[in-house]
Amino acid sequence: MSADHILSVDHLSMRFGGIVAVNDLSFGAERRKITALIGPNGAGKTTVFNCITGFYKPTSGSMRLAHDDGRNIQLERLNDFRISKQAKVARTFQNIRLFPGMTALENLMVAQHNALMRASGLTLLGLIGAPSWRVAEKAAIDLARTWLERIGLLDRADDAAGNLPYGDQRRLEIARAMCTEPALLCLDEPAAGLNARESASLSELLLAIRANQGTSILLIEHDMSVVMEISDHVVVMDYGVKIAEGTPQHVRDDPKVIAAYLGADEEEAIAVMESGT
Amino acid sequence: MDYFAQQLINGLVLGSIYGLIAIGYTMVYGIVGMINFAHGDIFMIGGFIALITFLILVSFGLTAIPLILLVVLLVSMAITALYGWTVERIAYRPLRHSFRLAPMLSAIGMSFVLTNYSQVAQGARVKPVPPIITGGYTLHEGAGGFVVQLSNIQIIVVITTVVLLALFTWLVSSTRLGRDMRACEQDQTMASLLGVDVDRTISMTFVIGAALAAVAGMMYLLYYGLVDFFMGFVAGIKAFTAAVLGGIGSLPGAMLGGLLIGLIETLWSAYFSVEYKDVAAFSILIVVLIFLPTGLLGRPEVEKV
Repeated sequence: MSADHILSVDHLSMRFGGIVAVNDLSFGAERRKITALIGPNGAGKTTVFNCITGFYKPTSGSMRLAHDDGRNIQLERLNDFRISKQAKVARTFQNIRLFPGMTALENLMVAQHNALMRASGLTLLGLIGAPSWRVAEKAAIDLARTWLERIGLLDRADDAAGNLPYGDQRRLEIARAMCTEPALLCLDEPAAGLNARESASLSELLLAIRANQGTSILLIEHDMSVVMEISDHVVVMDYGVKIAEGTPQHVRDDPKVIAAYLGADEEEAIAVMESGT
Repeated sequence: MDYFAQQLINGLVLGSIYGLIAIGYTMVYGIVGMINFAHGDIFMIGGFIALITFLILVSFGLTAIPLILLVVLLVSMAITALYGWTVERIAYRPLRHSFRLAPMLSAIGMSFVLTNYSQVAQGARVKPVPPIITGGYTLHEGAGGFVVQLSNIQIIVVITTVVLLALFTWLVSSTRLGRDMRACEQDQTMASLLGVDVDRTISMTFVIGAALAAVAGMMYLLYYGLVDFFMGFVAGIKAFTAAVLGGIGSLPGAMLGGLLIGLIETLWSAYFSVEYKDVAAFSILIVVLIFLPTGLLGRPEVEKV
C-alpha cells in the first residue's frame, strides 16, 4: 500500500477469553481523509476503537500513528491521558459523554487542558496570574467560542451541557474532541439518534473539519446516508474480520457486504441484487 | 437573650472549623467516591505542625505575632498538604481500580497509622500552648452582668474561613484545575481522553483538602490552646457528619453542614448538657438523613453509565 496512512492497523487481534472480537484485522486510514468503519452489530467495530484509544490492550498486532512531522507512535503502548497528549487521538462514544453539569463553554475548555497546562507552568504561573498564562487562557476561550459558533451554539455557551437538545449535544461532543487539536478524530456512531436534517448538518460539519482543519477522521456509522456522502474510504467488518474495503460505491455493490447486512449467504444476496436493482 | 447571642457566636466559630474540615471530605467523595477516614487525622497533623512551627519560631526569638501567624499558617498548610498527597499516593491510588470498599478500609487503616504515629512521635499527653492571641470586644453588657464578647481569635477564625472559602470557590469555579476537578468528578474516562491527567487531578484534590484541614488544625490550636494525638478522631467524625448533613459532594453543603453542627453542639451544651452534645449532633444527622437522604444541599445520586 503506497497511500499516505496516518493510522496503520496491522494484524490486530483482540480476544476476550474464548471470544475473538477482532481477528487479524489490517487497514489504514488515510491522512486528511474520512475513513468509515462499518459492519453489522457485533462486528467488532467499537472494539477496534477501544484498542486504538487505549481502553484495551490488543491480544496481538500493532497500530501505528504517523504524525505529519514524521513521528511514529505505537498506539498499543499508550493509555489514558497520553492518547490525547502524545498521540493526539480524540474520540467520542456511542452514547453522549459530555460533562452534563458543566457549561458548553467549560466542556470545550477542559478539552484544552494540555495547551493550558503548558502555559500555566504546572499550575503555578496560573495561580499567580502571569501574563503568559492570561494570554493562553484567552486564546483557549477564543478557540472554544470559535467552535461554539461553528456548531451554532454560541448563544448557549453558558448553559449546562446536559440541558442542550440531543442533536446539539452530539455536535458539541465533536467540537470538544476537536478542541484537543487531534491529528486523528475517532467518532463512534456520531449520527446515532439524529433525524435526517441533523444528520445532514453533521455531514457538513465533518466535511468542513476535513477541509479546514485537515484532521483525519475515522468513523463508525450505521447511517448509510452519512457514510456514503462523506467517506473517502470504507472498511467493512463482520465477525471481527475485514470483509471488504474501498470507495463507498465499490463497497455498496459488494455482494459480501450485502450478504453480511442481510444475514444471508452470498448467492442469495447476488440473487436479491439482480432481481431488485 | 445575651446568653443566646454569645452561644451563637461560639457556635459559628466552632462551625467554621468543622466546615473547613468537611470540605476535604466532600471534595474527595465527589471526585473518587470514597470517604477519606484519615482526613480527621490530617487535621490533627495540621494542628501539630502548627504547634511545632510556632515553637520553633518563638525559640528563634520572633515576637511579631502577625508575622508568626502567617508563617505558621503557610508552613502547616504546605507540610500537611504533603501528608495529604502522600496518604493518597501510598494508601489509595494503588487501590483505585480495586473493589469499592478497599480504599475505604485502607483509609481507616491510614487513620490508625497517623494517630499512632503522632502518639509515638509527639507523646500521648495533651500539648497546651499559652494564649497567643488575646483581647476582644465587648458587644453588649446585660443587666444581670452577663457580657457578650467577641474575642480577637474568634474574629480571626471566621475571617480566615471566609477568605479561604472565597479563594476555594474561585479555584473550583474558574480555574483550569477546578475545571479539571469537576470534569473528573463527572466522567473520569472522558476527562482522561481529553488529555486530563486524572491521577494528578485527584492528587491535587487531596492536597487542597489537606491544606484546608491544616488551617482548621491551626485555628483549633489557637482557639482551644491545645492539641493531642487523638483529636482528629472526634473532629473528623463531626466534620464527616457535617459533610453528610449538608449533602456529601456539595461544597456549599459542607460549609452549611459544618455551621449547623457547630451551632447545634454549642447550643445543646449551653441549654441542656455538655456531656450529650455529641448525641445531639448525631441525632440531628439521623433525622435529616431519614427525611432528606441526600442531605440539605445534595443532589440525588444519578447512576453513572
